[in-house]
Amino acid sequence: MENLLWVIPALPFAGALLLILLGGRLPRTVVSLIGVGSVGLSAVLTLLLGFQFLSDAPAGGVYRQEVWQWFNVAGFNPSIAFHLDALSLVFIFVITFVGFLIHLYSTAYMAEDEGFTRFFAYMNLFVGSMLVLVLADNLLLLYLGWEGVGLCSYLLIGFWYKEPQNGYAARKAFIITRVGDTAMAIGLFMLFQYFGTLHIQTISSEATQAWPIGVQPALIIAFLLLGGAVGKSGQLPLQTWLPDAMAGPTPVSALIHAATMVTAGVYLIARMHVLFELAPIAQFTVAVIGAVTLLLAGFSALTQSDLKRVLAYSTISQIGYMFLALGVGAWSAGIFHFMIHAFFKALLFLAAGAIIISLHHEQNMFKMGGLKEKMPAVFWTFLIGAASLAALPLVTAGFYSKDQILWLALAGERGNIWLYLAGLVGAFITAIYTFRMVFITFFGEAKTHLEHPPGKLIVLPLVVLAVLSTVAGFIELPHNFGHVVLFSSFLSPVLPNLPVNESMVPSEWMFQAIAAAFSLAGVFVAYLVYLKRPALHESIRNSGVAMALHRFWYSGWGFDRLYDKLFVQPFVYMATLNKNDFIDSFYHLLTHIARMLNRGMAHTQSGILRWYMMGVVVGALVIITISLLP
Amino acid sequence: MTTLPMEYGLLLAGILFVIGLVSLLIRRNIIFMLISVEIMLNAAGLAFIVAGARWAQADGQVMFIFIVTMAAAEVSVGLALILQLYHNLKTLDSDAANLMYG
Repeated sequence: MENLLWVIPALPFAGALLLILLGGRLPRTVVSLIGVGSVGLSAVLTLLLGFQFLSDAPAGGVYRQEVWQWFNVAGFNPSIAFHLDALSLVFIFVITFVGFLIHLYSTAYMAEDEGFTRFFAYMNLFVGSMLVLVLADNLLLLYLGWEGVGLCSYLLIGFWYKEPQNGYAARKAFIITRVGDTAMAIGLFMLFQYFGTLHIQTISSEATQAWPIGVQPALIIAFLLLGGAVGKSGQLPLQTWLPDAMAGPTPVSALIHAATMVTAGVYLIARMHVLFELAPIAQFTVAVIGAVTLLLAGFSALTQSDLKRVLAYSTISQIGYMFLALGVGAWSAGIFHFMIHAFFKALLFLAAGAIIISLHHEQNMFKMGGLKEKMPAVFWTFLIGAASLAALPLVTAGFYSKDQILWLALAGERGNIWLYLAGLVGAFITAIYTFRMVFITFFGEAKTHLEHPPGKLIVLPLVVLAVLSTVAGFIELPHNFGHVVLFSSFLSPVLPNLPVNESMVPSEWMFQAIAAAFSLAGVFVAYLVYLKRPALHESIRNSGVAMALHRFWYSGWGFDRLYDKLFVQPFVYMATLNKNDFIDSFYHLLTHIARMLNRGMAHTQSGILRWYMMGVVVGALVIITISLLP
Repeated sequence: MTTLPMEYGLLLAGILFVIGLVSLLIRRNIIFMLISVEIMLNAAGLAFIVAGARWAQADGQVMFIFIVTMAAAEVSVGLALILQLYHNLKTLDSDAANLMYG
């Protein structure tokens, strides 16, 4: 069975290749069969492999399969080899399974689109690249997948390329993530310089032996890798591309910009956790970036009016939680939140997509309203996803994953009261903006005519994801409440468990109660302001400070303007200064001199024989004179 | 028999060469230009003879025979060209033959 590991990423690639080569001639049913089928088969294989992995754990907890050697230059011999351990199993499960549901959904969502084939070709290419990323056993192959998903992200954000601003958003996403990728590439070069290999397991085992904690190269490399992770995962300071990435079709936002690709940074940090443990400063930076990002993005999400942009900021914010968890060393908590987040955020995006397409591509929440009765299935699934995002206590999966992060941010050995407080305030804001979204969209008066109710293929993935958003939380329960540790013990061979400050354990229930209270309070505030007393909302909005804050948060804390002033404008200014390329001026001078000489010499060609004779005589005299000189 | 010093012969050859060169540069009539070239050739030949006599070597005279032969060939080609020029342009002015100028 484990010999089939290579088939999992190969199937989506084959699907993409088939669609690219013959796609134009195939009918839509065949296209969707290829597009959905390839990912579906991968998902089935992943499930089978996962069952085998769980029932009969392999030696060392790893399936490794080398397909072929990529190249061999001066002792550097990366191979196309796949490495399946508990961490990558979680990721490929989410990628193939959620990916399959989103593909299924897309057949209905994109049914009317003229780029149907192109869409599925890109999506399959994306799933294949993402699987390569998480299955790679060396960092070079990981980087190949990393750039592959970046390319697909670019292609799919600009999928409707006839609108110029979509192309702009695509370029923005590509260029900003490239900033992080460059840092990451330099980090890989340095790793190769120190270890002579990019094989992840070798690096991990050698680094712990060769380097003491806090050694400088580890610090630099960890920071460079963090740069890559920050760019890909839309964290501060490279987060500005993600809200604009919503220009792509909604299934793309669900798959790439919520569930999978943006969490590649989380995967990278978890995969290279040994390096980060050797560089405590870098690891603490991860936590701080996560904490700050989750707050900034949360406040921005409060003010957005576009349904998808709310979800985009919320994605940034939730990935901030994952970074926070990674930064305090709660590795499995971060990965657990990744999985739960993939379920409920994909669900929210898909439900939002169902609304958007039913309302004829209307994305402004304030033009929706009153959809509760008209689309009950979408309403209930959206509500479950929103409850999970807002971490409503006990019943939702989001509660268990987020509570674990908050608890470990406080009580873990690298925990810190400030990180905990940031997470807590973030949870409060999350609850407010989530239910603001729910109340504005589904309650109140209907403002837009419903075009057609969503079909079965749209509702089915929603229901599956809604179930997962609820029950998936029960595989990891806090130890004072059920004490189920299936997930963290499953991951423990790969990611070490975080020791907890024992003196705080007895009061754990209190902190859980506080977290629960904060999220409930957030829901209540949203209920009060947006549903019960809209006048309150109006009066808050119309006060001067609130309006200024609203503008500021709406524009994402002015980061776009800041970067425009700081980088784009100076660059454009320098480009205009150097419009005529000062290096060219040297070559222009050369041609100018040649042309001048030519013009001067051309005068001597007069056609008068005696002048030519004179020239010969003068030349001969000059040569004779020179040869006679001593 | 007294022998003339070599310098006299070379001086004569030099004067002849300069006369030929100057007339080549200032004459416009192409026949005179041809004659000037002949004068310069004979000046060179004279220099060879003088040098051959000075060192009592036959090489100088051999070279002179070569020059005479070459001059004959040159004149035949040159006169043919002059005939063609006159045939085409109805003039012997060498400055008129600047049709390929530029």
